[in-house]
Amino acid sequence: MTRAFGALLKRDLTLVVRTPGDYTTPVIFFVVCTTLFSFVAGKDIAVLKSIGPGVIWVSALLASMLSLEGLFRSDYEDGTLEQILTALAPLPLMVLAKAIAHWISTGVPLLLISPILGILMNLDSHSTAILVVTIAISTPTFSLIGIFGSALVISQKKAGMLLSLLTLPLCVPILIFSVSAVSAAADQLPIAGHLMLLGAFFVFTLTLSPFATAGALRIMLSN
Amino acid sequence: MLHINNLAGTRGERLLFKNLSFAVNGGELLLIKGRNGAGKTSLLRLICGLATPETGEILWDGESIAKIRSEFFRSLVFVGHDNGVNLDLTVQENLIFHQALKGNPSAHSIPEVLERLGISRYQKVPCRFLSAGQKRRVALGRLVISDARLWLLDEPFTSLDERALDAVKNLIIQHLDQGRLCLATSHQTIDWRDSKVNQIRLGEVS
Repeated sequence: MTRAFGALLKRDLTLVVRTPGDYTTPVIFFVVCTTLFSFVAGKDIAVLKSIGPGVIWVSALLASMLSLEGLFRSDYEDGTLEQILTALAPLPLMVLAKAIAHWISTGVPLLLISPILGILMNLDSHSTAILVVTIAISTPTFSLIGIFGSALVISQKKAGMLLSLLTLPLCVPILIFSVSAVSAAADQLPIAGHLMLLGAFFVFTLTLSPFATAGALRIMLSN
Repeated sequence: MLHINNLAGTRGERLLFKNLSFAVNGGELLLIKGRNGAGKTSLLRLICGLATPETGEILWDGESIAKIRSEFFRSLVFVGHDNGVNLDLTVQENLIFHQALKGNPSAHSIPEVLERLGISRYQKVPCRFLSAGQKRRVALGRLVISDARLWLLDEPFTSLDERALDAVKNLIIQHLDQGRLCLATSHQTIDWRDSKVNQIRLGEVS
């Protein structure tokens, strides 16, 4: 059972290394999108500082949406998904392996690059640290919400728009609490409540999404 | 072994077959025949648990497959229309992955399986560079790397050349000789030697 889990995780990560183009796009998007805002803010550093956390967060959210469409695409088209569905290991466990691989390939690069963007947006070091913490907690949540969405639209050829429509509303609470945590940190206010809520969202999706996704996959592949 | 009772299959709103009942015992090959669109693939997908039947039941060793799902999945290998072969992975990586998915490796090592299917030269080659027939052979390699009692094959011989066809035929005959089961759809006429072969024809059952 754990062998199948490990094998799927390893395979997905191998594929990330083999096809780097699919996974560098979100990171480049993240950097470019954030940088563009710093141009329009002009000379006013105060404006930059106040919109900074929001800009970084919205860019991070959109960037992690970019890679979702391809999550099941090739496995669905080449028949591997049928094999995963008839594997010995429980399907929710396999879904979890895919979600972890997705997070490592898109969430972690965003996480690593976010401190640099924080400095670019003129955030102080404390706020930048909190920004990194919120991204660390929330990107796995995005992966888990996203995997459910992409399972639902698996049979659609061009599902990007529909997928965003399905998943973005679910990500809004996370966006709100993350950005307000960073703003609160900038104002030297307590942020424990925000972080706990973000953690709660993560645990909630972690326990629910693998089962919901497995159910969606079984329905989508049954015809 | 495998019992099908009063099974009905649909595709969308259309009824493909109903009141379908048959049994496959150890050592038997069941060939599923029928014109295009008769529901051969749908039947195989029902049996391997990918789809749930409208009515009827599928029993494996006397138990409904819905109840003993993981046990049943361990006992079967399904080779569908789609090969389940990832093009960016090498032949060997693909097979190792599929072996881990099933969790019950057979006594045959991967190099040995590739040798039998005549693709040992391509062990380290990404599947993107293989021909259609060679990809099909990789897919059929899944049959032998796991120790499964039930083989479900959807058009296994598509795009195979004569030698590969012979190799796969021998694999199936050997599998049956061990007292195991195989269900296949195929349009080819093949000499199955002394194996016990039954046929059902879809689209004509009422």
